[in-house]
Amino acid sequence: MEILTNEVKITGVKINYFFYCKRQLWFFTHHINMESNSIDVEIGKEVHEEYFNRNKKEIAIDEIIAVDFVDNNGIIHETKKGKKLDRGDKYQILYYIYYLQNKGVKNSKAVVHFPLYNKKEELELQDNDIRVLKNAFKEITEIEKSDKPIEVQKMSKCNRCSYYELCFS
Amino acid sequence: MKRNYYITKNCELKRKDNTIYLEYNDGRKPIPINDIESIYLFGEITLNTKAINFLCQNGITVHFFNYYGFYTGSLYPKETLLSGYLIVNQVQNYLDLDKRLTISKELIRTASHNILKNVKYYKKRIDELTDKVYRIEKEAENIENAKSISELMGCEGRIRSIYYSTFDEIMGSKFEFKTRVMNPPDNEMNALISFGNSLCYTAVLSEIYRTQLNPTISYLHEPGERRFSLALDISEVFKPILTDRVLFKLVNEKIIDKNDFDETLNFCYLKEDGRRKFIKEFDDKLATTINYPPLNRKVSYRTLIRLECYKLVKHILGISQYKGLKMWW
Ligand code: SF4
Repeated sequence: MEILTNEVKITGVKINYFFYCKRQLWFFTHHINMESNSIDVEIGKEVHEEYFNRNKKEIAIDEIIAVDFVDNNGIIHETKKGKKLDRGDKYQILYYIYYLQNKGVKNSKAVVHFPLYNKKEELELQDNDIRVLKNAFKEITEIEKSDKPIEVQKMSKCNRCSYYELCFS
Repeated sequence: MKRNYYITKNCELKRKDNTIYLEYNDGRKPIPINDIESIYLFGEITLNTKAINFLCQNGITVHFFNYYGFYTGSLYPKETLLSGYLIVNQVQNYLDLDKRLTISKELIRTASHNILKNVKYYKKRIDELTDKVYRIEKEAENIENAKSISELMGCEGRIRSIYYSTFDEIMGSKFEFKTRVMNPPDNEMNALISFGNSLCYTAVLSEIYRTQLNPTISYLHEPGERRFSLALDISEVFKPILTDRVLFKLVNEKIIDKNDFDETLNFCYLKEDGRRKFIKEFDDKLATTINYPPLNRKVSYRTLIRLECYKLVKHILGISQYKGLKMWW
């Protein structure tokens, strides 16, 4: 399978970071991680635990993907504490679908639950998404192999990013 | 907001569930684990492996001081934030003399700037300091020409000795200082400086722990000089900002006086009360926030230490040149 022949292992988190910020992805792939002491992470954990405590928690496949659970129909279930998915979250989940489909799971799709807002959203993999993902695999590999991150650019999302202090110190 | 815990009274430190308890003869005090930034142990404290393991699992550094308040060592939990890539580059910046000098010079440049800032602040009131400012500035010019670490250290040593010679003037000779004596300190002023510098060193060490930097690989100081020599390097920047400013305040506002010291035959140390006063000022200082323009945010002095670590990380990785924190306020 294409994504496994790369020397660089593409994990869901990398996909997510790639769409969030390529500089962040570089830090992450070079193991410059930020301490996860943010309240956001804590809340996320709790929401997840409350919502899924009756089901099997967190399944990991090939150390590539980690989802809340996959039901008997091959449908991926994820929870989010926010109101909507950002681009990174969306492609991370689409990548899981892609991955499962490549493993032979037919008609795989995903349901994202937003328990705090009492709603859910369905995601299906379109041809166009596959093109976007394949391009991302290539770029992620390049970023991971490069010895420097892209220059810092101030974006509005920087303020909420856990790498903010590193980037702007 | 996590806090530093300074334990000055004899007690037993225990773990029960997710809480650390300080058990005194006359009662106990709980501290939730999530509230702890670092722990400083003064006095006689008993702790068992159960407590130590728990603190380590939670990434809490514990600093030990002996009966006299002298720093003796730290419990540095197994690192969780490791980056092989960064360590390789950290070492490489040490092995290459030019690269090592670049970092070391910026550290000393920054330290001298901060030293001068302190002296100039008092120069406004004390005329005699004019000459000392001039001499420090003159000496600081040699930083740029230093071809070796030892030359640079020599230059730093001379700056420091001129600087320390201003202390008697800055503090109106409340305590006579004469010259800096470290091991062990021979008079009140030396005792204060030693105590303050160990607080500074341990604060820096705790912040290094929050990054991927390896604390044993340093530039200005020879690795292994003390176990965590990178903390010595970064302390150079912060001693004038933290230790000295706190010290000036404690002496000039007469918060600490002769009675806070114990003087034995050959050396001098702070008594428990004196230590507590110093710690209080020092910890307040760490928690004080100032506006930090690059981030466009208010940050605490403690965060400034961490930002300094980040800048070093970026320098070591070749992302951006290290520019030390030069007091502008
Ligand atoms: S702070 Fe901004 S530039 Fe830096 S990693 Fe985060 S989003 Fe990217």
